[in-house]
Amino acid sequence: MGIVKELKKGALISLWFVFLTFPVMVIKVDPIARTVVWRWENALYMAVGTFVVYYIAQFFLKKKENQKEASEEKGLNHSIIHKILQNPLQRNIFVGVLAVAAVLFPQVLSAYQTNVMTTALMYVVLGLGLNIVVGLAGLLDLGFVAFYAVGAYTYALLNHHFGLGFFTVLPIGGLMAATFGILLGFPVLRLRGDYLAIVTLGFGEIIRLVLENWGEFSQGPSGISDISRPGFFGVDFDLQSSIIYTYYLMIILVIVTIFVVNRLQDSRLGRAWIALREDEVACQAMGIDKRKTKLVAFSLGAFWAGIMGVMFAAKTTFVNPASFTFLESAIILSIVVLGGMGSIVGVVLGALILILMPEYLRALSQYRMLAFGAILVCMMIFRPQGLISNIRRTYTFKKKTTNSLSK
Amino acid sequence: MTKQPILDVRGLTMDFGGIRALNSLDLDVTSGEIVALIGPNGAGKTTFFNCITGIYTPTEGNIWLTPPGGKKKISLNGLKPNQVTEKGLARTFQNIRLFSKMTVLENVMIGRHCRTKAFIFGAIFRTKATLQEEQDILQSSYAILEKVGMADFADEFADNLPYGAQRRLEIARALATEPLLLLLDEPAAGMNPQETQSLEHLIKQISMEGQAILLIEHDMKLVMSLSDRIFVMDYGKKIAQGTPLEIRENPAVIKAYLGEEVDA
Repeated sequence: MGIVKELKKGALISLWFVFLTFPVMVIKVDPIARTVVWRWENALYMAVGTFVVYYIAQFFLKKKENQKEASEEKGLNHSIIHKILQNPLQRNIFVGVLAVAAVLFPQVLSAYQTNVMTTALMYVVLGLGLNIVVGLAGLLDLGFVAFYAVGAYTYALLNHHFGLGFFTVLPIGGLMAATFGILLGFPVLRLRGDYLAIVTLGFGEIIRLVLENWGEFSQGPSGISDISRPGFFGVDFDLQSSIIYTYYLMIILVIVTIFVVNRLQDSRLGRAWIALREDEVACQAMGIDKRKTKLVAFSLGAFWAGIMGVMFAAKTTFVNPASFTFLESAIILSIVVLGGMGSIVGVVLGALILILMPEYLRALSQYRMLAFGAILVCMMIFRPQGLISNIRRTYTFKKKTTNSLSK
Repeated sequence: MTKQPILDVRGLTMDFGGIRALNSLDLDVTSGEIVALIGPNGAGKTTFFNCITGIYTPTEGNIWLTPPGGKKKISLNGLKPNQVTEKGLARTFQNIRLFSKMTVLENVMIGRHCRTKAFIFGAIFRTKATLQEEQDILQSSYAILEKVGMADFADEFADNLPYGAQRRLEIARALATEPLLLLLDEPAAGMNPQETQSLEHLIKQISMEGQAILLIEHDMKLVMSLSDRIFVMDYGKKIAQGTPLEIRENPAVIKAYLGEEVDA
C-alpha cells in the first residue's frame, strides 16, 4: 500500500516538473529559420530524472530520520572535524598540514589559482564577520555588503585623493565600517527577525545607490580605478609577485580573524551574544544590556567587512558600485548558513566551498545560480544546522582551579 | 535584623489602553522573608512583576529598592530590565525562558554577566584581569549549581533537562546575579508533587541563607507552608494582606477564589 502511494506521489511530482519546465525544455523557437522544434524527448528525460531524484531524496530523508533517533540515544553527534580538533595531537597535525599547504600553494600553483584562493580567503573573513552578527547574536543582516562597500570606498577615496597607502587605510576602513555598523544598529535595535532583515536589506541598497548616484563623491557607476596594490616597504612588485604577496597577506588576515573571533566567541561577550540569540527577554532580565550587546555585534561584524573592503579595493585596483549588490550579501549569508551558524570551522569550509566551486565548475557557469539554490535547499532539508554545527564549549572543573577545554 | 523593607512599592498603577491591570498597588518585602503574591488568573500578578522589573513602564507609582546596611534607597522607576537586575532584582519566568542551546553551566554564567565587566579588549587579548574574572565566573556559577543540586548536569544543554530541573536552573540563573530580592513567577507551575516538594525544600534552603524572596504561586499548599506574609490580588487591586493564617480566613479572599454565595 505504502509503495503504491509513494509511486503515485513520485509520478505526480515528475509530471508537475515536466509541466513546469515545458516551455524551456520542450519548445525551441528558431527565430531565423522561423521554425518551432518540439523536443518531446526532453520531457521524457525530465520526467524520469525527477522521478529518480525524488526517490533518492526520499531515501536520504528516511535515513536522516533514522539517524536522528540513533544520535538522540547516543547524545550529541560529533563530526569528524570536531573529533580531530578535540584531540590535541591530531589537531596539531591537521593545522600543520594546512599551514604547509597554505604556504606552498602559490609556489606550486599558478597565479590564477592563487588569485582565486585569495578571493576565497576574503570570503572566509567576510563570513566570519557576518557570523558574529547572524551566527552568534542571531541578528539576520541582509545588507552586510554595505560595510564591505564602505571599506572598499574608504580605501579607494583616500588613496585617490590623498595617496594614502594600504596599511594606513586598513584599520581606518575597518573602523569606518564599524562606525557605519553602529549607525545602522541604532535604528534597528528594537527590530527582530523579518523586520530586521528588511531594514538591513534596505540599508545595503541605500549605500549602493548613494555610491552609484553621488557622482562628485564616488565617481558614480564608472567607479574609481588605479588604486594602489598593497605595498611592502616601498618595494615595487610586478603583477605576478603582487598576487602572491596579496595571497600571503590574506592568509595572515584570515589567521588574525580566526584568532580574534574565536576569542570573542569564548568570552563573556560571546556568551552574551548567544544568550541574546536564544532569548532576548530573558537575556535582559539577566542583566545584559541588549542595546550595547547588539551594537557591539553589529560594529564588530562590520569591522571585518570593512577590512575586507580595503583588501578588495587593493586587490582589484578598481571599485564600482556594481561589486556591492544584494547578491554579494546573499552569498556571504549563504556561507554562514551553509557552513554552520556560529561555527568558525564551518564558516571557513562554507566559504571555500561556495567560492571555489563556481570557479572550478566554470563549464557549468550558466547553471551556477541554479546549483547554488539547489545546494541551499538540500542543505535546509538534510542538514539545517550547516556543514559543521557549532558545539558549545564545555568547561572542566577541578576543585578550586579550573581548566577550560576549548572545543 | 532591621525592619526596613528591601522592596517598597507604592501606588503602582498600570494601564493597558482602557484596561487598568494594576490599580494603586502597595507592596513591601523585608529582608530575609518570603512573601507570596497570590490571586486568581488574570489578577495582574505577572503584570506586577513585569512592572517592577522594567519590562513594562508603569503608568503611575513608585518602586524603591533599599540595599541592606543602611544604604540609600534606589528608585527603579524608568530603568531598563537589565538595569533593574543590576540594582538587585532578579526574576524567573512563568513560562520557562532558558537559553536552550547553551549548557546548564553557561546559563548560570550568563547570570554573572552584570557583575563582571570584561569587554572587547579583554576578550581578544585575554588580559590577566579577564582570565581571573572568567575563573571567578566559572567558580561561582559552579558553586550555585552545586547549591541547587544540578552540578551533575553542568555540561548538558538546557533544553535536554527535565521540566523540574529547568525550573531549578531558572532559579540558579537568577541567583547568579546576586539579587537583593529574588522574584519567582509560578515556580511550581506544571510540576508533579515530588518536584513541588523538592522545590519547596530548595526555596526554604535559599531563604535560610538570608535571601529575600517574592513569589507568585497558585499552589496554595506551597504558598501556605513557605510564606511569611501573603498579598492577595484581584482585578489589579490588593484585596488582602497578612500572614498565611489571616489570609486563610479572610472573607474577601474566599470570595475572590470561590465566588459569592448566592441566595437560591
